[in-house]
Amino acid sequence: MDFEDSPEEAAFRAQVRAWIRDNAPRHLEAELKTAGFADNGIRSTDPLAACRDWQRKKYEAGWACLHWPKEYGGGGYQPIQRVIFGQEEGIYASLSGPFGIGQGMCGPTLMAWAAEEHKQRYLPPLASGEEIWCQLFSEPASGSDLAGLRTRAEPAADGSGDWIINGQKIWTSGAHRSEFGLLITRTDPSVPKHKGLTMFFLDMRSPGVEVRPIKQANGQSEFNEVYFTDVRIPDSQRLGAVGQGWEVSLTTLMNERLSIGSGMSLGFPELFAFCMEAEIDGRPAVDDSAVRSRLATYAVRQSGLKYTGMRAITALSKGQTPGPENSIGKLVAGAAMQELAMFALDLQGAAGVEMGDDQPLQGRFQKMLMRSPATRIEGGSDEILRNIIGERVLGLPGDVRVDKTVAFRDIPTSGRQKA
Amino acid sequence: MNLDFSDDQKALQDQVRRFLAERCTSAAVRRIVESDETHDRDLYAGLAELGVLGAAIPEAYGGVGLSKLELCLFAEELGRVIAPVPVSSSIYLAAEFLLLAGSEAQKTTWLPKLAAGEIVGTFALTEGSGRTTPDKVKASVRNGRLTGTKVAVPDGAAADLAVVAARHGTGEGADGISLYLVDLRGPGVERTVLTTLDPSRKAATFTFKDAPADLLSGEGDGWHVAGQVMDRAAILLAFEQVGGSDRALEMARDYALDRMAFGRPIGSFQAIKHMLADMYVSATLARSNCYYAAWALSTDAAELPVAAATARVSATQSFQHCAKNNIQTHGGMGFTWAFDCHLYYRRSNALALSLGSLSTWESLLIERLRGGNAAVA
Ligand SMILES: Cc1cc2nc3c(=O)[nH]c(=O)nc-3n(C[C@H](O)[C@H](O)[C@H](O)COP(=O)(O)OP(=O)(O)OC[C@H]3O[C@@H](n4cnc5c(N)ncnc54)[C@H](O)[C@@H]3O)c2cc1C
Repeated sequence: MDFEDSPEEAAFRAQVRAWIRDNAPRHLEAELKTAGFADNGIRSTDPLAACRDWQRKKYEAGWACLHWPKEYGGGGYQPIQRVIFGQEEGIYASLSGPFGIGQGMCGPTLMAWAAEEHKQRYLPPLASGEEIWCQLFSEPASGSDLAGLRTRAEPAADGSGDWIINGQKIWTSGAHRSEFGLLITRTDPSVPKHKGLTMFFLDMRSPGVEVRPIKQANGQSEFNEVYFTDVRIPDSQRLGAVGQGWEVSLTTLMNERLSIGSGMSLGFPELFAFCMEAEIDGRPAVDDSAVRSRLATYAVRQSGLKYTGMRAITALSKGQTPGPENSIGKLVAGAAMQELAMFALDLQGAAGVEMGDDQPLQGRFQKMLMRSPATRIEGGSDEILRNIIGERVLGLPGDVRVDKTVAFRDIPTSGRQKA
Repeated sequence: MNLDFSDDQKALQDQVRRFLAERCTSAAVRRIVESDETHDRDLYAGLAELGVLGAAIPEAYGGVGLSKLELCLFAEELGRVIAPVPVSSSIYLAAEFLLLAGSEAQKTTWLPKLAAGEIVGTFALTEGSGRTTPDKVKASVRNGRLTGTKVAVPDGAAADLAVVAARHGTGEGADGISLYLVDLRGPGVERTVLTTLDPSRKAATFTFKDAPADLLSGEGDGWHVAGQVMDRAAILLAFEQVGGSDRALEMARDYALDRMAFGRPIGSFQAIKHMLADMYVSATLARSNCYYAAWALSTDAAELPVAAATARVSATQSFQHCAKNNIQTHGGMGFTWAFDCHLYYRRSNALALSLGSLSTWESLLIERLRGGNAAVA
């Protein structure tokens, strides 16, 4: 048991550290430190351009998508080397935000299911940040129940073999800045819901694609509605067989849980620093026993997640694949962030109501309060994650289902209940 | 980086698990719970023979000379079966006091006996209700004789030897506290066995009147040494709590798969499923925090005080959480004497109080993070 690098790891770390020292956009460091949620803090220049610059630099030096094979634009490194790079990259890692969904979920799905020529065409620009991808899964009537989706893909009437897409996606993060999207559709409503799905990827600039930003509860607009009206997709952009879409989507979702959950920070160090400054009855808040008890509870959750992550890395370096137990990362972090933000504001008292950069830590806790509800929903809600832990880790029986064996079109829905 | 135990260490753990599965059955635990027997002597002798007691004691003092890492894993197994034996008092505490602060003569006299299970040791600190602070220690030693009272001494019914925190002469504050070895079978010792939450390990109150006391370590460093030993013991206790959490979760899971209501297994109801998922989450966080603490313990890292408090807080929360929801999952059966749920509930709450309660450790954790001997993140 140790936290030391092996000699090879230490050499790798030294190499990474030197490169980052010489290449990182250090003029942005101060701004990056003011990052909020889905806001990288950059004001002095175009934030997306700043992200792309850093990504391209990493790509050219072979540091982008470290664990991907080299021929697809990756670094061909071991999982542990990816972890080391992330540690050394530190605050600059937040510049990877816009590429997270593409590199974390769409890329691995292409890697597993796309034709060779497509992998060579699409993966390198995805790694370099030149092309951004989005994930077109959720729909108004199907979020948790993803397999209930209704966006239709039908063979084109002209016999070209192309597919014609009609329908609507929703909550699509980053669709407004994406070049490509991973799209799951229904090709056969006459079979049970999981069997009639088919996966495609498409150019977001295709005729008939319309992206409409949605204003979020926290005032930002990171996600969108995406409408498809007679959008044509060549059959060559199908991933997996017709009807195999569910299986393909599992590749994406498995990677989603990993990339969202790992290394998530609850903001405990910031809260702790704040409690050293804030006062209760003229003494530092951290001296108050009620404050201590709350802080201790967050501290052990934060370190529990950190060391759970390290155990997962240890397993990974021994060649084991991370399983559904990794669902705990986002489950713990989402709820903890929300509670922690409320607690920090409680200590600010009536003045805590103000949003703005003048607040302690540039208003971080206010922003966190307003963003954390989303963390508990996106990428599998708390309840779905508990189902996963209950069923796939602990082996408990699934819910009683009324929709598994019936043809999709016969399943009762909100607008179509059985008489 | 490697945050896992080695295959060799896991093989030893497995051996202890198999031994306990055979020798420390529910019936064996109940025999102690339901009788006046101080502890399961056969089991204790068996653990000595297997090398569990002496695992982290050097061979020169009759031990096996393994590391603290092995002891952590053995602690997990003892916790899993809520073993009715005084290992934590005798080994995590008494033996550790001797190792850390004993003179050569004290070590050679007592350690081999502790490792062989011939005698049982313990640590006597608390004198009354509430958080133990230095000013609450009133027992005192004059001319090598101890007078005073110690309450709720863990495994006090079984103990033959105690490390006692007492004032030397009229010293005040923390600096006035020293540690003494006291033979509990000797003169001037009156023992009252207590009825406690967890009768699988029987505590006692001691009244000392001019009992012979042998100074351990230097005069005035008792509070400091006790703090160090309690940190180390807290990590081992946390491993017991993790073992207990796992077992309570397992019992709940098995019952949820088996018990039918409304025509389906209760484990298919989300209220039950999600409760169990949350138990899994607490148990996993506690385990990970414990691994970090095991590393700190085995390397004597600067982070040890933070790691110990982290593991202790996390594992206390986890065991209490899992044990109470295990009862909930079992319904009425969970509230019967016949089912084992209450044994885990009892142990989880008794462990939460020994060595300083949860709120004490929470406070210690924050003080230590503030002291800055480990990164806050
Ligand atoms: C910020 C943000 C970004 C997102 N980005 C994307 C994206 O890029 N691409 C994309 O495809 N999607 C995205 N999503 C959508 C997200 O995946 C869905 O919102 C999520 O899966 C929940 O689906 P829903 O919104 O339809 O809620 P519902 O599924 O309707 O859930 C409503 C409530 O019911 C509960 N519930 C549902 N089913 C069960 C069940 N079986 N057991 C117990 N409780 C249940 C849920 O937990 C929830 O509390 C994003 C969402 C957010 C908030």
